[in-house]
Amino acid sequence: MTNHAYIYEAVRTPRSKGKKDGSLHEVKPIDLGAGLLRGLQSRLDLDTSYVDDVILGCVTPVGEQGSDVAKMVVQNADWDESVAGVQLDRFCASGLEAVNMAAQKIASGWEELVVAGGVESMSRIPMGSNGGALGGDVAFQLKTDFVPQGIGADVIANLDGYSREDVDAFAVESQRRATHARDNGYFDKSVLPVLDKNGLIILEKDDFIKPNTTMEGLGNLRASFEKMGGFGFDDVILRKYNSLERVEHVHTPGNSSGIVDGASAVLIGSEKAGKDLGLAPRGRIVAGTVLSTCPVIMLAGPGPAAKKCLEKAGLQASDIDLWEINEAFASVAMRYMKDLDISHDVTNVNGGAIAMGHPLGATGAMLVSIMLDELERRNLKRAMLSLCVGGGMGIATIIERV
Amino acid sequence: MSVFKYEKDANGIVTVTMDQTGPVNAMNTEYRKAMAETVEKLGAEDGLTGVVFASAKKTFFAGGDLNDLLLAKKGEEAQFMEMLTQIKQPLRRLEELPVPVVAAINGAALGGGFEICLATNYRIAFNHKSVQLGLPEVSLGLLPGGGGVVRMVNLLGLQNALPYLLEGKKVTSEKALKAGMIHETVDSLEELVPRAKAYILEQKDNSAAAVQPWDQKGFKIPGGSANSPKLAQVIGGAPAMLAQKTRGLLPAPEEILNCAVEAARVDFNTAMRIESRGLAYLATTPEAKNLITTFFFQMNKVNGGASRPKGIEPQLTKKVGVLGAGMMGQGIAYVSAMAGIEVILKDISAEAAEKGKSYSEKLLAKRVAKGRMTEEKKSEVLALIKPTAVDADLQGCDLIIEAVFENIELKNKITASTEKYLCEGGIWGSNTSTLPIGQLAEVSSKPENFIGIHFFSPVDKMPLVEIICGDQTSDLALAKAFDYTKQIKKTPIVVNDSMGFFTSRTFGTYFDEGARMVTEGVYPVRADNLGKAIGMPVGPLTVNDEVSLELVRKGMETWKAMGIPDKWGEQNALREVINFLTVENGRGGRHHGGGYYEYADGNKNIWPGIVDKFHKPEFEISDQDIKDRLLFRQVIESLKCLETNVLRSVADGNIGSIMGIGAPLWTGGFLQFVNTYGLEKFQARCAELSEQYGERFDCPQIVADKIASGETFQ
Repeated sequence: MTNHAYIYEAVRTPRSKGKKDGSLHEVKPIDLGAGLLRGLQSRLDLDTSYVDDVILGCVTPVGEQGSDVAKMVVQNADWDESVAGVQLDRFCASGLEAVNMAAQKIASGWEELVVAGGVESMSRIPMGSNGGALGGDVAFQLKTDFVPQGIGADVIANLDGYSREDVDAFAVESQRRATHARDNGYFDKSVLPVLDKNGLIILEKDDFIKPNTTMEGLGNLRASFEKMGGFGFDDVILRKYNSLERVEHVHTPGNSSGIVDGASAVLIGSEKAGKDLGLAPRGRIVAGTVLSTCPVIMLAGPGPAAKKCLEKAGLQASDIDLWEINEAFASVAMRYMKDLDISHDVTNVNGGAIAMGHPLGATGAMLVSIMLDELERRNLKRAMLSLCVGGGMGIATIIERV
Repeated sequence: MSVFKYEKDANGIVTVTMDQTGPVNAMNTEYRKAMAETVEKLGAEDGLTGVVFASAKKTFFAGGDLNDLLLAKKGEEAQFMEMLTQIKQPLRRLEELPVPVVAAINGAALGGGFEICLATNYRIAFNHKSVQLGLPEVSLGLLPGGGGVVRMVNLLGLQNALPYLLEGKKVTSEKALKAGMIHETVDSLEELVPRAKAYILEQKDNSAAAVQPWDQKGFKIPGGSANSPKLAQVIGGAPAMLAQKTRGLLPAPEEILNCAVEAARVDFNTAMRIESRGLAYLATTPEAKNLITTFFFQMNKVNGGASRPKGIEPQLTKKVGVLGAGMMGQGIAYVSAMAGIEVILKDISAEAAEKGKSYSEKLLAKRVAKGRMTEEKKSEVLALIKPTAVDADLQGCDLIIEAVFENIELKNKITASTEKYLCEGGIWGSNTSTLPIGQLAEVSSKPENFIGIHFFSPVDKMPLVEIICGDQTSDLALAKAFDYTKQIKKTPIVVNDSMGFFTSRTFGTYFDEGARMVTEGVYPVRADNLGKAIGMPVGPLTVNDEVSLELVRKGMETWKAMGIPDKWGEQNALREVINFLTVENGRGGRHHGGGYYEYADGNKNIWPGIVDKFHKPEFEISDQDIKDRLLFRQVIESLKCLETNVLRSVADGNIGSIMGIGAPLWTGGFLQFVNTYGLEKFQARCAELSEQYGERFDCPQIVADKIASGETFQ
């Protein structure tokens, strides 16, 4: 790398249920994003004309989230008119992809200061509204043996021997950790309240977390993908994973990531940018990678991506202090820990998307603020961030404090 | 003169009567010329008020010319597309004529025939069960390329059209009317053309009657376009539902689904082009060649009596004796009675015989409950079956079928004691699945009247009967067995005598190979699932559980007692696994409480004991090798049967393998498979498998011989 890509700040909105009774349903996606940019600007007293570009992940870029929502967010935040904006979509990795891309822009020397993040109002623009060949082109589906990713998650659990109790226990722990972290203020540094046009608070803290989750309560939930599997998808995936007699469906809404609204933003820049603006870096992006694995099971990419990332960075797993894996489904996080031979004690230490929700395009960059805060709180150095991604992809990024 | 008779009446209505030179009207070169000229003439006709399309044949129109389709080759897709255009254009012009065009459907209109009907404005059909309508192309690995996919989707909507396109569902006039595929029926043939003309006259002031729905202004496809949210859901799930049935092995339904969705997404003319590209692609696939060869040409041969001796009068069976009222005997009694044959069902006790008859009662009651049969008819059928424990009741049977255990002494005893009750010239059939007919016939006083009639279980569902000729079996006996098989509405194949004949011997290699994999250390579930992946109905271990491991053990003992324990190749692995499961662990198969698998609550789980004993996680083998081993063993055994004249014809081998032992449809049968796999390529793959897994994969000489003479298996 020519230049280091420094993290000068990382913020996010609280997350809330992505349905019409969610706290953020009344907030337009461009307001969700703009509020965050305004907060970032005022916190750092940022001269926005210094910012080259704003990269926002958004996985459902249609309707009011369509047509390059990043540029709309920049204008809506009243940032300098010289600031560009681009929306990208790498499915659930979009937010972290934005971070990696920003780091590449800085490292290459093409740009000096970039905002990377994401915005997703799942309550206003339902997941899947943008169609696509993955689940909508019959010839492509037949050719590629497409199955809905929840069935892939169930098959990961079956292959690795995670029972319904195992995945539920993981979910209970996620809820416990997220509750503890929120209630003890671990998220306060990075979570900017969502405000209305009068400055009144619409939502201050994550309100999707369910602190009273019990094994018994989770045990009563019905498996989400059993019916769909019965339509034929189970048979399709079993053709490939042929050591299984059948698919045991273990994932429920209780041990899968929640559908929520939210946005994130990370300010990434060169050393020069920091000096010019008088900002001290909180950390830096060490390395970032993407790859793809089996698209049928779809969710097994994070472990291999993290390994590739370690190799790129010239590091060992033992050099990583904390690990963060997006809890798309419990089995994804459990497979990740198994792949890397790491303990749950150092993984998702403040819970994850099972408790707090997964605002698709925004989640990846949220992990940056969560880990940076926690590294500082624990006075540790390095963290690995990973997500599973549609189509079998995996993404991983290593950050460290400076 | 054209083969399309063209007559204009005083009202300005032209009646086109299709009367091609062949026995049926078909979409061949002659048709294309006649149709193009006819449409040209209609377009130029002065004072035209309407058109009626009728047929001079018994059927309305038979469909595409399969000989042409069999010749379609890769690299010639452009010519094929051009040919399809020559079919499509006149039909498009026909439906665009400014007057109503009516199809007067007097008989079956399938495939291309129904596509012609779809290009008319109004379809009237004779209401008779002989009038079958539909688009069965999918069953031959093809798609309806004369506008059938596009017009059906536009007519019925995507969701309603799919069953007709994907399953090739054929319907009667009555059902077609209900489904909206035709507009009207008439009750007699005489009314048909007059009614068509009357309809045209009724529409004199209705200009819309000359315009197809899809050409009307503001037309919307029923049920919505493919982009509508409701259909998006259907489209999302349809591939999995299809793949569940086809396991990704049949390109035709996949292509049809794609074309149908496209027809609901893009405009009519664009969809027509996509449809042509789809058929041009499918026509060149090996799967289409296999399905057309076996299911059309060879099936016609088999059912047409190619294996029946010539010059022998039809042999009607009037009274059949069935010895043994077990699973096979009771099924044979049922199918015979259903065909109106008097049945004497004999077992050692009256109770056992009664119990055998009650099986028929159960099946018939089900039919009545489903509304497929009346109570009266049920009583009639049941009255034909006489259960008994008395040998003398067999007096006067013109056919006796012995269906007792696979035990030579028992069979011999029964032959000797009951043969005498056959009427003069009566035939003795043994429903053995493995024992040589020549050997069984040794105790018979008339070995020329002794023949093997091998049924498959469950008899009422399985469509095949394997007829086995011993050395001394007469042509008359064969004709009798053959005609009886046709009488009970099953498909007969005829083979020569040998241990296990054709089907049992070939099928045995399937579970033998499965057992070998188990002993090698392959995870048993994987070997089993990959059997399904090649298109077999179930995996090799599951099928062994189903037919009973105990039965296989007994069979092996019988062969051993006969001094031929490994007649068709050593079976050490199978013996080891079967002994381990049955003798050592009392696991005789599914109906003995479990075998390879444990069965509980509608689920099956692999029995941990078999995994502990044999599974070696470190043993590496690719999915492809497992699949090829399971398939090639059966293909090689079939080739050996052909080579040694156990099989008398390729057609019998293909039909027998598919209908008797569940050979995958896409192969077109175990012999046809070699033709499209490529004989040289097959030889080479055999050599690889032989090298790695043993000489049982040595390629039979007959393949080299065929290569040398430049032939394939026909």
